[in-house]
Amino acid sequence: MPKQLTRLIIVFLIFISLFLVVRHFLVPESFYKFGHYRADALKDNEDHQVKYIDAAMCSACHTDIDSLKVSGPHKNINCQTCHGPGYLHVEDPSKNVLIKPTERAFCGKCHSLNAARACNIIKQQDIAQHNIDNKCVECHNPHQPQP
Amino acid sequence: MKTEKDKNNSRREFLIASTAITGGIVLSTFLNPFKSIAEAKSADSTKDTIKLNDKNVSLAKDAEKWWGFGFDIEKCIGCGTCAKACKEENNVPKEPFFFRTWIEQYTEKNDGTLKVQSPNGGIDGQTQAVPSEDIFKSYFVPKTCNHCSKSPCVQVCPVGATFVSPDGVVLVDEKYCIGCGYCVQACPYGCRYIHPEKEIADKCTLCYHRINKGLQPTCVEVCPTGARTHGNLRDKKSDLVKFLKEHNCHVLKPHLNTGSKLFYNGLSEEVR
Repeated sequence: MPKQLTRLIIVFLIFISLFLVVRHFLVPESFYKFGHYRADALKDNEDHQVKYIDAAMCSACHTDIDSLKVSGPHKNINCQTCHGPGYLHVEDPSKNVLIKPTERAFCGKCHSLNAARACNIIKQQDIAQHNIDNKCVECHNPHQPQP
Repeated sequence: MKTEKDKNNSRREFLIASTAITGGIVLSTFLNPFKSIAEAKSADSTKDTIKLNDKNVSLAKDAEKWWGFGFDIEKCIGCGTCAKACKEENNVPKEPFFFRTWIEQYTEKNDGTLKVQSPNGGIDGQTQAVPSEDIFKSYFVPKTCNHCSKSPCVQVCPVGATFVSPDGVVLVDEKYCIGCGYCVQACPYGCRYIHPEKEIADKCTLCYHRINKGLQPTCVEVCPTGARTHGNLRDKKSDLVKFLKEHNCHVLKPHLNTGSKLFYNGLSEEVR
């Protein structure tokens, strides 16, 4: 074999092995474990904080409201739908008080008159006309609303 | 004379050698169809499992779980609780234009035109801008990532930072994403955005941190009318399979063949 070719092959081999060494250090350990991505990213995504807790934890303490709610039309609605995420509240209930929205606009998010809302799914009221001086919650208990 | 002959010989040798190498490479490409046989053999040895929250998730082909979404347009009242709760749960920037899920209000008018509105993703509640006498039909459409099994956003990622997980959820690797925004462009459903602080792509994770702990995704949990369903498509008793059995469902943009796993009941042709 000619000398030049031998040299060329040696140079090529050095380059290829150098590439493989550099690649070894640059590719993360769990890459290609399941595919063209880092398998550890699954764990990263899974480790996020759960903020909206299981609704069963609400009824564990608030039994009175729970028993009121089960007979009303709001029985299938999660407490946190109105009161917001409860993860801090369950850790220290006295310090982290949840919101109690009472504005007319809040009720209106679901119950204001809108052609896009199906009548058989949700009861609607024209909140710009209906008893405008009072808050909705003064007449309708949100935990057991009556028409 | 002799040296000249040697020279000629070496040139001949070189040509033979280079032809052999090129020919070898070309020939080896014919072996490509047999690659799957070799891989099938090695697949058994690499049938690896990862420990995810005390549950073993195996490779996609034989995974027990294949997550999907089911949205019922007939039940959606457009309250925007899902969009708001999603922002709380997943630390999505509060200002408008950054959403993992949002509600659109479609209004078909009597004159045949269509009005689509989504003020702040529907978080502050929706109001009907079209006078009622002009309305032919109106409905809400909840939108989020379709968790496509043949996902266009995954295909364009230049660094392998976004992927379909073994259980069928399209996720972003926060540590690996370079924020180039190709995936934002590629998503035909407009479900991705570049996070303004982290400067990486962000999207719905189907609440991966919740579903692997046996909880429902936040939007499903807080929906007051049960318009959202979530479940395992490979479990015949799951809520989602039940939803698909009981309703005539469609996916968005089926002609794009994205393998969408977000199924809509009551989907109108006008919805894009």
